[in-house]
Amino acid sequence: MSTGAPTPTGQAAGPQIGVDEWVSRSGERTGPGGPLGAAARVADRTPQILLLAVFIGLACAIPELTSNGYIIGVDADTLLYVLLAVGLNVSVGWAGVLDLGYVAFYGFAAYFYAELSSGHYNLHWPTWQSVPLAVAATVLLGFVLALPSRRLRGDYLAIVTLFFLEIFNNFTTNGYAWNWLGLGAQHDITGGPTGLNNVDPFRVFGHVLNNRPTDYVFVSAAGITVVVILFHYVNRSRTGRAWRALREDPLAAEMMGIPVKWLTLLAVAVGAGVAGFAGAVNGAYYQGVFPDTFTFPLLITVYAMVILGGAGSLGGVVFGAVVVNVLLEVLRTPDHARWIFYAVALLGLLAKLRPWRLLAAFLAGLVAFGVVVNQVVGAVWPRGVHGPIATGPTSFTTHGFLATAIRHWLVLPKNTYELSNYQIANYAFVLVIGLVLACTVVKGWRRWVLLVPTLWGAAFVWETGLIERAPTTRPLLLGVILIVLMATRPAGLFGQTRVEIV
Amino acid sequence: MSETTNGAKPLLELRELSISFGGLKVIDGLDLHVNEHEIVSVIGPNGAGKTTVFNLVTGVFRPDAGDILLDGESLIGLQSHKITHRGVARTFQTLRLFLNMTVKENVMAAQFGHTKATLLEQMLQLPRARREEREIQAFAAEKLAFFGERLMGYRWNQPAYSLSYANRRRLEIARATATRPRILLLDEPAAGMNPVETHEITELIGKLRDEGGYSILLIEHDMHVVEGISDRVVALDHGVKIAEGTFEQVATDPRVVEAYLGTSAVATK
Repeated sequence: MSTGAPTPTGQAAGPQIGVDEWVSRSGERTGPGGPLGAAARVADRTPQILLLAVFIGLACAIPELTSNGYIIGVDADTLLYVLLAVGLNVSVGWAGVLDLGYVAFYGFAAYFYAELSSGHYNLHWPTWQSVPLAVAATVLLGFVLALPSRRLRGDYLAIVTLFFLEIFNNFTTNGYAWNWLGLGAQHDITGGPTGLNNVDPFRVFGHVLNNRPTDYVFVSAAGITVVVILFHYVNRSRTGRAWRALREDPLAAEMMGIPVKWLTLLAVAVGAGVAGFAGAVNGAYYQGVFPDTFTFPLLITVYAMVILGGAGSLGGVVFGAVVVNVLLEVLRTPDHARWIFYAVALLGLLAKLRPWRLLAAFLAGLVAFGVVVNQVVGAVWPRGVHGPIATGPTSFTTHGFLATAIRHWLVLPKNTYELSNYQIANYAFVLVIGLVLACTVVKGWRRWVLLVPTLWGAAFVWETGLIERAPTTRPLLLGVILIVLMATRPAGLFGQTRVEIV
Repeated sequence: MSETTNGAKPLLELRELSISFGGLKVIDGLDLHVNEHEIVSVIGPNGAGKTTVFNLVTGVFRPDAGDILLDGESLIGLQSHKITHRGVARTFQTLRLFLNMTVKENVMAAQFGHTKATLLEQMLQLPRARREEREIQAFAAEKLAFFGERLMGYRWNQPAYSLSYANRRRLEIARATATRPRILLLDEPAAGMNPVETHEITELIGKLRDEGGYSILLIEHDMHVVEGISDRVVALDHGVKIAEGTFEQVATDPRVVEAYLGTSAVATK
């Protein structure tokens, strides 16, 4: 062998094929394929500071490029979510502490800022005092609420922290009639279900940021820049390494001289500090705080952002926050949501169905199935087909390419209200769930055959019911996206693939 | 009281140590000591309480009675990371590496206790944080270099899970040495290794003492390893010390034979 087994050109510099080093480096050579893999490789090569600059630049450019208040509002909201996700990433992504009370920190800081900056106690502290104090108080609360982590880990800690969130929600909702141990007069602390109103906006260097989303885009963007840069360095330093070590194996970390209990507290408190800043911005931006904001659905949304982007990856969670919030906003209007629904369905089929002949056959079958059902129903019950499709909360259309196609493919009754579509949609929903479950049981070609009525049924439920009910649809679709992601890429879009047991 | 060779004070000393789980006495009045630059092996059948001794010394369990002294100072009641900081480092019988961190990071993480930069200094990359980071890097490289080519070069930046079993054992020892210990507690370092690797690890343990300057308390089932390097051997059974001395003394002790093979084996002999 020594007399020159020919080395393929291009391999010359690397290790010889088949040797130990070559095998263990296979990950570097292959990596994730497709456009996502290419994007990840480009992101890997680009300096991270440049990525941050591009992101912040884009976020700050939006208010300059458009005068559409709604879009600027979404921009400001998204940046708040980015802050929240980056904060949650410290405890969940780096230290591996399953903290389900995180949103309470956000709410606590918002209330804290509001108490100091509103007519409620007639305090109007200057921003440069109230915001740092709110952040410091939230960090302190983080230490206190993380105390159970000295005894509990994993699921048990998750339950206890969730319990703290529920206490916080109860307190904010009912805190308008508070008295200590039943003694003395009742105090109004939190304003009760209506929250605290007329909260002062930020005053920065003599400027009053008067509820203009644009100003808060800049505030949040500045916050993100500082936090991301600081966290980037922490992640590469001794504390970041220790956090990752205790995520991997708390006992081994403790045995290697890492004070696990202290670092767990620190991780929760540092994350809480970021949530604290975001909370103060929230209070000032909306000029009010409301107990409904800081509840479980928000927690799920922030977790979805962290998981989707890739827990532990700073850039990933920023990306996840943007994707999830923009997606949820787009889903508000049926017109936009419709495109997402069909695009996701088509992309899924494109990814899964190979070769292309199979895909073509499946799509043809799907179209044929819908048209046949449409014809049959039309023959039996003329009023049951060719109805309008929803384009907004109360608006409908019969025009446009997509609308025409859908109306000839699906079964849409002519008069929406008379026939109470929602009832039909509800029954169909149950039926579709049954079909989906059946699809997971059967195998081979039967699954593809069964998938035809399943997809058609899903489209029917979507068009007749879900599309108009954004509050129901959004978490549902988020759940579907997360399930698909967990099946294909468990580490999240930009997360490092992790090995549990080898 | 434990007798000490050449009259020196023992580095690690266990006095009348006892612990029971429920009604079961796992360690019962154990006296044990390790002198400076000494390799002491603990042998005994499964369930004899060997790993429990390690867990007691490193503060995982708190003994019911007795004392553990490192250089004359008691370790009882200290948190594990503080005990590590005093100079006791261990490896695990079932490997417990930080699998998703790189080889080098594993060793760097273990230096946490010997670095001082605060969170703020790390965030702002102030001079002390940067200097410590350089020192951590250099020290990690030094500790990994101790294992020859095994943990060098391209392996530094690979996740620990990509290592072979034998290399994981080596990395665990490297990680333990990175905590700057005075005494190393090695829990079955040769478990699951082939004869060549076993021979290598035996030499390595000797090298750790001679070149690294560590004292070593060793749990091992492989008698080739125990015979090859032990200055002293302690045999445990049911939490009680049944024999102590050189390998030959312990291996021929009737109580040790009985503990391993049972009474009938002795009788039929």
